[in-house]
Amino acid sequence: MAAILPADDAGNVDRSEPQPQSMKPQPPRRRVAPWADAVFAALSQGAAWLTLAMMVGIIGSLIVGAAPALKAFGLGFLTTAEWDPVQEKFGGLAMIYGTVATSFIALVIAVPVSFGIAVFLTELSPGWLKRPLGIAIELLAAVPSIVYGMWGLLVFGPILATFVQAPLQSLLSGVPVLGALVSGPPVGIGILSAGIILAIMIIPFIASVMRDVFEVTPPMLKESAYGLGATTWEVVSKVVLPYTKTGVVGGIMLGLGRALGETMAVTFVIGNMTQLRSLSVFEAASSITATLANEFAEAGEGLHQASLMYLGLVLFLITFVVLAISKILLLRLKRNEGARS
Amino acid sequence: MSKIDAARLGMHAKRKRTNAIALTLSLGAMAFGVFWLIWILFETIYLGIGGLSWATFTEMTPPPQSEGGGLANALFGSFVMVSLATLIGTPVGILAGVYLAEYGQKTWLGSTVRFINDILLSAPSIVVGLFVYAIIVAKMHTFSGLAGSLSLALLVIPVVIRTTENMLSLVPNALREAAYALGTPKWKVILSITLKAARAGVITGVLLALARVSGETAPLLFTALNNQFWSTDLTRPMANLPKTIYDFAMNPDQHLQQLAWAGVFMITVGVLLLNILARVLFKNKH
Repeated sequence: MAAILPADDAGNVDRSEPQPQSMKPQPPRRRVAPWADAVFAALSQGAAWLTLAMMVGIIGSLIVGAAPALKAFGLGFLTTAEWDPVQEKFGGLAMIYGTVATSFIALVIAVPVSFGIAVFLTELSPGWLKRPLGIAIELLAAVPSIVYGMWGLLVFGPILATFVQAPLQSLLSGVPVLGALVSGPPVGIGILSAGIILAIMIIPFIASVMRDVFEVTPPMLKESAYGLGATTWEVVSKVVLPYTKTGVVGGIMLGLGRALGETMAVTFVIGNMTQLRSLSVFEAASSITATLANEFAEAGEGLHQASLMYLGLVLFLITFVVLAISKILLLRLKRNEGARS
Repeated sequence: MSKIDAARLGMHAKRKRTNAIALTLSLGAMAFGVFWLIWILFETIYLGIGGLSWATFTEMTPPPQSEGGGLANALFGSFVMVSLATLIGTPVGILAGVYLAEYGQKTWLGSTVRFINDILLSAPSIVVGLFVYAIIVAKMHTFSGLAGSLSLALLVIPVVIRTTENMLSLVPNALREAAYALGTPKWKVILSITLKAARAGVITGVLLALARVSGETAPLLFTALNNQFWSTDLTRPMANLPKTIYDFAMNPDQHLQQLAWAGVFMITVGVLLLNILARVLFKNKH
């Protein structure tokens, strides 16, 4: 398949043609504001620099803010689970675990569902349904996270407790490991609720990226597979998926980045208990974002605040790496596409 | 029927079966996605309208364990901060978008900014709150509406940059070349030709950014904080809808929870309307 060979940005035409300079020798005609060009160029370049400054500023301010905690705890902060503002002993393991566990649950649910949605939207849906359904999924992405959070706490949590947790507990009570995993008061808050709500929130992101990358598969490839008698599923799994796999992984990473950094929806339903004693998915726990949301405004200056900044720094670095990978993978797919045309 | 024929038929049946199962699952996934949207919207509308009354718009946020009260100060504070954030963020975003599309597509700065911007687009908003806390709140020694607006503005910028750049790169090059051929200076080409041609798309981007920040809560938690009273002073803590919803929803008081639902209803309807408006606007133009 020549189409997958890497190539230069053939599709990208340089649009910034140099200014016509040949005007100079001619007699000067009245020119409105000759300085305007330079000013405008400088302004727009300044705005671009500002974006970079924002990124540098975020990382810089987090490092400066976290400095006391970095000095006091070092990297051991990441491996201790003790979080005691009274005795000024801080370790971030419990929150890091909460963030990773909720995001993992979210991905386990969201990836197959998003894949199904993308397949439906690109291969199955009748033409007139494609647009409305696509918009419905995108609107799901636009709903503010606080709405998910409140709905999760007051509507979904109780339902989860009654119809999932209670049966699971009665089924698994006494079973050694699994029993402990589902223990906890039946109020429907904890890692599992947070993970499910995160899944609902990131499905639209992953699904719309997957749909977009599925659509770049050249119709010729698909039609030749159909012409050989392949079923729809075979076309999807053996032609579309191999062709777009970098883009699909990029979309999943984008969803993961969103899940790791999501604050409000998680804060509402995770229970906000900094603990690692019980690994039950129904026990109140905490994540990095939820701890920040709950404690930062009240934390006095000093080690407590610095430790929270440290947590923020860890979160930012993790999401930065995840999102950067996502971006690189998606760019790679785009570049391959350029080679084809 | 020979053995080979039987095997072939079996194979055929198996492939068809796999296909049917996969497609059913895909249909199920679609239904699953739409199901949540409908459920959340239904609960929000049902519980939200129940909590809505005239007092919601005219009275201040009540303290716990009291009758009456509304969300007037929170609505006002949110309106002020979101407008201010859009006013700050839009020009910067459009200018940087112009840089990416018209000046620096292939430069080092252009590709770096594009990359960084895409990361900022999805970066955790609570970290933006931490940043603004460090540079403003810690220096001024008080939470303030200004800090809240600024943190929202920092979330507006990446969205506007992204859409502006995309929309400008849809403008055909022939249009630029025609303008240059007439001797138009570059700034004028950009302002009165390309930006004008891409106007609908750019406005769409601003609307989407507006929709995004109107529901943002995380960055306000430790920048604007909240205020139980009517607050117009931008240098003091300022009431805002998302934080009020958060506080009220976490409160066991039924009355406050009802007000929170009313607030959630208003935010959801507002955000969805903005999104639909943006789409309609964009579709009419393209």
